[in-house]
Amino acid sequence: MEPLTRVEGRAIPLGLKNVDTDIIIPAKWLKTISREGLGRGAFEALRAEPGNVIDDPAYAGATLLIAGDNFGCGSSREHAAWALGDMGIRVVIAPSFSDIFSGNAVKNGILPVVLPQEAVDRLLDIAREGLAISVDLEAQTVTTPYQDRFTFTLDPFRRDCLLNGLDEVGLTMARGEAIGGFEASRTAAQPWLMRGTAAA
Amino acid sequence: MASRPRTLYEKIWDAHVVETRDDGTALIYIDRHLVHEVTSPQAFEALRIAGRGVRRPELTLAVPDHNLPTTARVDAAGKPVPIADVESAAQLAALEVNAPAFGIRYIPATAKEQGIVHVVGPEQGFSLPGTTIVCGDSHTACHGGLGALAFGIGTSEVEHVLATQTLLLQQSKPMEVRVEGDLGPGVSAKDLILHIIGTIGAAGGSGYVIEYRGRVFERMTIEERLTVCNMSIEAGARAGLIAPDDVTFAYLKGRPMAPKGAEWDAAVAYWRSLHSDEGAVFAKSVTIDATTVEPSVTWGTSPEDVVAIGGRVPFPEDFADESKRVAAQKSLDYMGLVPGTPMTEVPIENVFIGSCTNSRIEDLRAAAAILKGRRKADNVRWAIVVPGSGLVKAQAEEEGLDRVFIDAGFEWREPGCSACLGMNPDKVPPGERCASTSNRNFVGRQGPGARTHLVSPAMAAAAAVTGRLADVRALV
Ligand code: SF4
Repeated sequence: MEPLTRVEGRAIPLGLKNVDTDIIIPAKWLKTISREGLGRGAFEALRAEPGNVIDDPAYAGATLLIAGDNFGCGSSREHAAWALGDMGIRVVIAPSFSDIFSGNAVKNGILPVVLPQEAVDRLLDIAREGLAISVDLEAQTVTTPYQDRFTFTLDPFRRDCLLNGLDEVGLTMARGEAIGGFEASRTAAQPWLMRGTAAA
Repeated sequence: MASRPRTLYEKIWDAHVVETRDDGTALIYIDRHLVHEVTSPQAFEALRIAGRGVRRPELTLAVPDHNLPTTARVDAAGKPVPIADVESAAQLAALEVNAPAFGIRYIPATAKEQGIVHVVGPEQGFSLPGTTIVCGDSHTACHGGLGALAFGIGTSEVEHVLATQTLLLQQSKPMEVRVEGDLGPGVSAKDLILHIIGTIGAAGGSGYVIEYRGRVFERMTIEERLTVCNMSIEAGARAGLIAPDDVTFAYLKGRPMAPKGAEWDAAVAYWRSLHSDEGAVFAKSVTIDATTVEPSVTWGTSPEDVVAIGGRVPFPEDFADESKRVAAQKSLDYMGLVPGTPMTEVPIENVFIGSCTNSRIEDLRAAAAILKGRRKADNVRWAIVVPGSGLVKAQAEEEGLDRVFIDAGFEWREPGCSACLGMNPDKVPPGERCASTSNRNFVGRQGPGARTHLVSPAMAAAAAVTGRLADVRALV
């Protein structure tokens, strides 16, 4: 996973509340076999509307997305994070996120930044001017060309994973010895548990 | 030293802790992993990109079910029938390649052992009491009917389990659903779980693992227990459990992947310790009187929208809280129902008997018993029976149940998830109703605009012959 320390760029000023994962990526895109290419299906319904904010050339190449309350609610589909990542989004800023979405986001190298509604409103205005917003995960700050400076917090474990590009699978694999020890004692005491499909 | 009395859930949890972390989460060992075509391709892709393998391939079993069409799988010449939907075909092909490439046992679509993951696991003896079982499908709790701690996971977790055979988890709280007394005649396990969800609500089990306790469950067959546990997620619970007993052991004995010989005896001895201790504390406890449970149906778009078949479509204003009133109105609009209508006056155009909740042999027998010598009503345009596995199908055919269904105007299909979810060709048309033995009545679950009424297999059969939702007790 690509480490995330600082992201500076244009932001898509989506602003909507309760953006559920079905809005982020509709169900029909779930029938894929790859994480890549889902950006094409991202916000499909929204993008069907002429003049929508997602396809507005003013925000082309945006690496940030700013939304309203409860971003990522609804179904637990991880495709939502994959789709955003595939669009090039590295940071989503909102007053609140669904738990499952923020977990999925971090797992896929996307930083969910929680800021109060006033701060989000201010950032939306700045984003609409097409100006760059900068997010520093080390300092846990969001800054703007107008010298605004907002601070946020992130669970230390998640922050560490993002800063160092650590994925959870890799972290657990590093505990291989403990897992191996557990398996060895099981194999000795309850061998049937370890046979699985090999029992047939 | 006497240890603290523990619940069944706590015993299984404790037996699987590899290590605990400072933040209170634990690395939990996963004994059994079921994989199907929809939630696994990206997990295998991620392993491949990272150059990782599967830690314990023999602890994972792969079988296609969600997308697979339920029409004939081989043509007259015995050649596999190609799958029309390009994306489904790609997912199915990916599983067929990925499983063997990573050393995982794969049951092909044409094998008689193929079926819905949650039917196959118990049937093969892959799912065992006291084990942790995961699958990228939210109805994995089903296996709790054997006394296993089983729950659904997402694609990232599928990858995590494949690579490490563990998951990082926060422990849930133990909850008890105690059912007193016995069920009346004509009242099934499905009616009971619908009634339970209707009582505790779709979020009643949030943050909990439910243990179902009481004589009713002890008297149930394993298939009935699987039906009950299957729908735990619809009450918001992470998992549902029923303590294993002699019924469980008799069910498992001799199954292909179950322990054998001396290991069987050792396993049974261990399984006998798997019950909540006297004095164990549940964080939440709900008591239900079994004698008040009637054959039940859902009227809305949440599984908690349950009413006895003798009841009526509710009035939104009858609900105490505002959010529920709004939700009820939305549900009624979607379902096209008028408040106050007797449920037995709701006409049905489609009947689906199948899904991991109700597609086992006893379910098919219960439906066939009602259908024998009868025919579906003319207004029922589409009625299908989809056995949970090829083995269930073969057993049913041996008993002549297929004839009963066909004579009653049903289509007799190949095993798979079918109309449980609108992901394969079996869909309910927009605006039409379906009496369905599946587990979810969400908006669009059985196809865009489809209106689902969840019922038991016998009630689905009763709806088929009357052309309306009906009380099966009038037909026996
Ligand atoms: S039948 Fe339905 S709930 Fe069961 S595994 Fe298939 S899709 Fe999931």
